Amino acid sequence: MHMLDAEILARIQFAFTISFHIIFPSFTIGLASFLFVLEALWLRTRDDAYLALYKFWVKIFALAFGMGVVSGIVMSYQFGTNWGPFSEFTGGVIGPLMAYEVLSAFFLEAGFLGIMLFGLNRVGPKLHFTATTMVAVGTLFSAFWILSANSWMQTPDGYMIENGRAVVTSWWDAIFNPSFPYRLVHMVLAAFLTTALVVGAVGAWHLLRDRQNRPARIMFSMAMWMAAIVAPIQIVAGDMHGLNTLEHQPAKVAAMEGHFDTQNGAPLILFGWPDMAAEETRYALEIPKLGSMILTHDWHGKITGLKDFAPEDRPNATIVFWTFRVMVGMGILMALLGVVSLFARLRKTLFSCVWLHRFALVMGPSGFVAILAGWFTTEIGRQPWVVYGVMRTSDAGSPIAPTAIAGSLIAFVIVYTIVFGVGTAYILRAMNHDPRHAHAPKDEVLRAGGRTVAAQNPPQAGE
Amino acid sequence: MIMDYQLIWVLLIAVAVFAYVTLDGFDLGIGILFAVIKDPKKRGRMMNTVAPIWDGNETWLVLGGGGLYAAFPKAYSLLMTAFYIPVFAMLLALVFRGVAFEFRFKSQNHQKHWDFAFSAGSIIAAAMQGAMLGAFIEGISVENGRFVGGAMDWLSPFSIFCATAVVVGYALLGTGWLIMKMEGDFQGSLRRLAKPAVIWMAANLGVVSLMTTYVNPAYATRWFDMPNMLMLAPIPLITAALLFWLWHAVSHREKTVFGITLGIFFLSYLGFGITLYPNIVPPMITFREAAAPDNSLSFMLVGAAILLPVIFAYTAYAYWVFRGKVGDEGYH
Repeated sequence: MHMLDAEILARIQFAFTISFHIIFPSFTIGLASFLFVLEALWLRTRDDAYLALYKFWVKIFALAFGMGVVSGIVMSYQFGTNWGPFSEFTGGVIGPLMAYEVLSAFFLEAGFLGIMLFGLNRVGPKLHFTATTMVAVGTLFSAFWILSANSWMQTPDGYMIENGRAVVTSWWDAIFNPSFPYRLVHMVLAAFLTTALVVGAVGAWHLLRDRQNRPARIMFSMAMWMAAIVAPIQIVAGDMHGLNTLEHQPAKVAAMEGHFDTQNGAPLILFGWPDMAAEETRYALEIPKLGSMILTHDWHGKITGLKDFAPEDRPNATIVFWTFRVMVGMGILMALLGVVSLFARLRKTLFSCVWLHRFALVMGPSGFVAILAGWFTTEIGRQPWVVYGVMRTSDAGSPIAPTAIAGSLIAFVIVYTIVFGVGTAYILRAMNHDPRHAHAPKDEVLRAGGRTVAAQNPPQAGE
Repeated sequence: MIMDYQLIWVLLIAVAVFAYVTLDGFDLGIGILFAVIKDPKKRGRMMNTVAPIWDGNETWLVLGGGGLYAAFPKAYSLLMTAFYIPVFAMLLALVFRGVAFEFRFKSQNHQKHWDFAFSAGSIIAAAMQGAMLGAFIEGISVENGRFVGGAMDWLSPFSIFCATAVVVGYALLGTGWLIMKMEGDFQGSLRRLAKPAVIWMAANLGVVSLMTTYVNPAYATRWFDMPNMLMLAPIPLITAALLFWLWHAVSHREKTVFGITLGIFFLSYLGFGITLYPNIVPPMITFREAAAPDNSLSFMLVGAAILLPVIFAYTAYAYWVFRGKVGDEGYH
């Protein structure tokens, strides 16, 4: 009982710290690429609206990146503090993947971030653009390695067990393990989409105030293109990821779908309440045979239910069923926003359609909601395994007193709530500034003085 | 050719930790100095000297932790479990200190609060690093490969003394950095601040060195038995010479202060390594017992051999871009 308490506390702590953390990188992965595009457009066209947009978003990037860094350092130590036996078992596999992440991504981002944020006047536009490019590339390298590490825990491959620890037999198979390509594509698209929705919401916010605001028009238009193109692609990628999960982690899919009984021609359960104790999904609203069609592409395909797995090997369907639906629901709304924006664009009302702007505004946080819901689905769905089929979560925890874990958990809740709450407030405030004033020549000095004189100084061309 | 991957990696991680200690050391030192320098304008200038580079400095901490996880998973697991409380205290302190870089300049009415967060975060992070250093030297209770000690084992008179020593050491590194970056009156007041810090640091080094040989008889044997004593004598002697030079330099030199302090840190670190070798979890577990499989170490070494020189190059470039004195306007 004692160890169970420690395990649950350690899991809550990990879930809490990583949920806070993932918000920032998923935003900065997309934002770094967006800044890369903006600076490229500025260098090519020399249109100052792009420079204004760059300066507007780079401030927000700096805040989000800083919070991602400090919450990420916590993660790199938490494997050892709370999950010592897991670290010992996987160190030889996951450790090198993370070491490659630090060497190829973290240093690259950190090394060029200073130049990106503060160096435009010192190095000139071309080298500055190189710095922006390096930071953007770094965020993608980082996603590559960390998703490889996570995917290996979901679908371990290319290893054997020797003296009670995992030893790699093929690095290629370990890195490009079966779920990795799907997870990488799904997550990077999610990051781009999340950023696009935030950018779209900020653009909409400024258009609602003044539809003539040119930088706001540009960002809104770019974001709506992204929503229209990427959201449908993401739905396809998500479907492929789901089929891959069905192949390698059928229990997870059964939980996501709320299927307890194995059946041919399984229904698609739209809504319901999966009851783990009763082994059935109560109040199910379902479409006959569609579940089999989606998952096996055959009306009579066989779908394995949770009852085919021993009770101690089943993930919690009540949670996973709903987190999955939240993610899918968000995805559908994003695709809808994209389609609606295409119609508005055709009818030349993209910058004047007030309800479209309001729709885009409320969709601003939807990417974060979808990402968190998606990660809850995949992480809770692979329980009770920390390394799927190989190491149980209950065997992975450090021998730490529950009081120490509870104490550190409370400290994390308090500190993260304060620090990231305030940081989010600063980000929202920066988003509220008029992007047309983002590169008024005096704005650097002004901030030190704490007054917004920028509004009185019209933006000028160039530096 | 057969390479000793375990030895290469223990040296590489030692280099990463040293890079962290000196690089983040000076920017933590700037936060520690906030405790005695209260003028908001000066604080802004101090912070601006490290704003473009602190993130890269702190990445060495991730490499130290991640590298330990990858190359010596058993040591990582044992040490993080044993140092549960100081590790989390350090990480939370680094959260406050890290966000303060951005938040300080974004907040209109709460600058004082973020200055406090920056300062307290720096002091607590440095103190926890020092306490862990002390507890590390004293040794970890391990039986059958499992940590069997208590959550508060890391706290002892020796570890508390080491905590203060690291805070003072980082403050001196930060002072040396700022003397290089500042001019005029402010530079003068930094020089006056550095004088007592040099004496304090010298005293700390002497006490920690002697207490270390007292903590474990094996440490004393390493240093005081013949012929070790003669061969190792240059380390304390050169350190003492550097401290005298530093005492002179803080009043008269601009760039050498920082360099000499780095030298003292290097020799202290070297002495620490010699004391503990080959243990990675003192007093019992050697780095060889804790190492990851050779194929993991060789796989990582390919990446490290290619990427570390590149990292050194662009890090040096970033420092070069932001070289020279920092005035009031800053980068922010």
